[in-house]
Amino acid sequence: MTMATAATTDPMLPQPYSVRQVVKETADTFTLTLEPSNGAGGNRFQPGQFSMLWVFGVGELPISISGDPAERDRLVYTVRSVGQATHALVSREVGEAVGVRGPFGTGWPVEKTEGRDVLVVAGGIGLAPLRPVIYEVLHNREKYGRLVVLYGARSPRDLLYRKELAAWARQRETQVLVTVDYGGLSWRGHVGVVTTLFKYARLQPARSLAFACGPEIMMRFVARDLETHGFAQENIYLSMERNMKCGVGFCGHCQYGPHFICKDGPIFAYDRMRPLLEKYEL
Amino acid sequence: MTERVNQYVLESRDFQQLLDALIKRGYQVLGPAVRDGAIVYDVVESLSDLPIGWTDEQETGRYRLRRRNDEALFGYVVGPQSWKKYLHPAEVRLLTAERSGRTFRILNNEPAPPRRAFLGVRACELAAIAVQDRVLEGDRYRDPIYAARREGIFIVAVNCTQAAPTCFCTSMGTGPRVRGAYDLALTELVGPGKHEFVIEAGSDAGAEVLAELAPSAASEALCREAEAAVERAASQIQRRLDTTGIRDLLYTNFDHLRWDNVAQRCLACANCTMVCPTCFCTTVEDVSDVTGTHAERWRKWDSCFSQNFSYIHGGSVRSSAKSRYRQWMTHKLASWIDQFGNSGCVGCGRCITWCPVGIDITEEVRAIRESPASSKESSHGKP
Repeated sequence: MTMATAATTDPMLPQPYSVRQVVKETADTFTLTLEPSNGAGGNRFQPGQFSMLWVFGVGELPISISGDPAERDRLVYTVRSVGQATHALVSREVGEAVGVRGPFGTGWPVEKTEGRDVLVVAGGIGLAPLRPVIYEVLHNREKYGRLVVLYGARSPRDLLYRKELAAWARQRETQVLVTVDYGGLSWRGHVGVVTTLFKYARLQPARSLAFACGPEIMMRFVARDLETHGFAQENIYLSMERNMKCGVGFCGHCQYGPHFICKDGPIFAYDRMRPLLEKYEL
Repeated sequence: MTERVNQYVLESRDFQQLLDALIKRGYQVLGPAVRDGAIVYDVVESLSDLPIGWTDEQETGRYRLRRRNDEALFGYVVGPQSWKKYLHPAEVRLLTAERSGRTFRILNNEPAPPRRAFLGVRACELAAIAVQDRVLEGDRYRDPIYAARREGIFIVAVNCTQAAPTCFCTSMGTGPRVRGAYDLALTELVGPGKHEFVIEAGSDAGAEVLAELAPSAASEALCREAEAAVERAASQIQRRLDTTGIRDLLYTNFDHLRWDNVAQRCLACANCTMVCPTCFCTTVEDVSDVTGTHAERWRKWDSCFSQNFSYIHGGSVRSSAKSRYRQWMTHKLASWIDQFGNSGCVGCGRCITWCPVGIDITEEVRAIRESPASSKESSHGKP
């Protein structure tokens, strides 16, 4: 094999991107904007897809793309600093390089929502892989029905994209509801898990698709409650997470029953996930 | 008897000519060799490198080499290593990168792997190579490291004429007769006053090598003798794994009490996954030099038996040994079928032999089959 062909066909080789901007969202969560080091554009991705981000000499992580799919000159990721590699990633300075592989995996089936209502249910950093859906709907408002965003976080200080949440709420045909687990004295909004927002959401389940991302336990309850609200299982989509080393089906880590989360997912229809979600330590 | 047209006889004293013909063509010949009390795969240059007159005794959790009373070259079954040692190595460098200023560049300086010939590939191993081909080359993405190593391999297959008590290839439909993509296939016939091989070509490359050896056509009687030897191996196989509906059997018995039972014995040592010729899981490790300007990424075999394997922020998904054994066996025998259209098990028996506590995959399946869907009382709902 020649060097040239290896470089172009090897899905395990990262491409260098440079950090254009790092925005601190919360105490431990940052949004990185990357652009190709060679100045090329054309970073097409589907909302819900992820990349493998490599920090030189430190490690590599699967991170969902949280940016606007219409902005093809950049890739945007929202990362919570919880370990060595994520800490190194969010500590990159502007101009420094990050290795990017991907985008990998399946996207939210946004095309199926044309002419229908879109329900987005997010928990914690689970809002990040859903933000591209929100951008897509708001940029092409005439193609879609109502947009309902239900977002739960641990506390007001853990809310991501606060200014954008407020801005989205002002858009026509858009409802944004936020809840927190612990509000504190100054919080005047909803308190409780995200499913408690369903009763305030103006939903028409028969003409809606629901996209949910968050901790697995949250998605289980979200999907179950949506079913009781009249959503068909096949109209509920979840973004699943498992350990990943390669992103392309070679490493075996992300297996979830018969599925590889990396290449068969991470986005799955709930009717396929339901029997598996009930299995402890699958 | 048209099939006999392609069968020839190679005397054992001429076996070196086969090695020479391969070496002359630029192949690095890899084959069986005795090392540290086991038959492993290594570079073979001359007849004397082969395990002449050695055999292996295998049982659950037991492997010993023994002297044979003849000079057989392939008088053993299978050892702890498989050809994934070369095709999907235990450690391989994915990339080297160098920091330059605030960015880095990838130095993809891996030399091309040598042109290789595998000598002594058994039927189950040929099947295992096909299984890994499907996983690493035949799915959505193609692993270029595997592909580069796999391409152009010359395969000298060997029909088994004896079986170990741990063998169950007949249950998995993979042996003992070699089928599929080989270049040459041998059947060794050794007895009082004779030692010869029935040899046939399975490809143009094999036919070319065979022509150079100028062997004489095998007699009808010799061909029958070779067939009988392979049938004898088949009849020696005692272990059975009933694959009828095995996918659904394991899926519906996720909560079977047998998983708790096997977890009492399983050490989660990962030996079974290391010796398995189809297990493909890997992890990646990053290394950098002390100056921080040079970094490498290494892909290494990993095992679903390790706790870290399923780690995501907050903890491991499969923290119990029970869940890890269940993942391994259910993947191998059931979900592999959904993923790749075939079983991940070829019946080589290595996981049985090399399990330090003698867990037997065929016995575990039998235990579940004999009392299916018994219990929902085990783990479900536990925190």
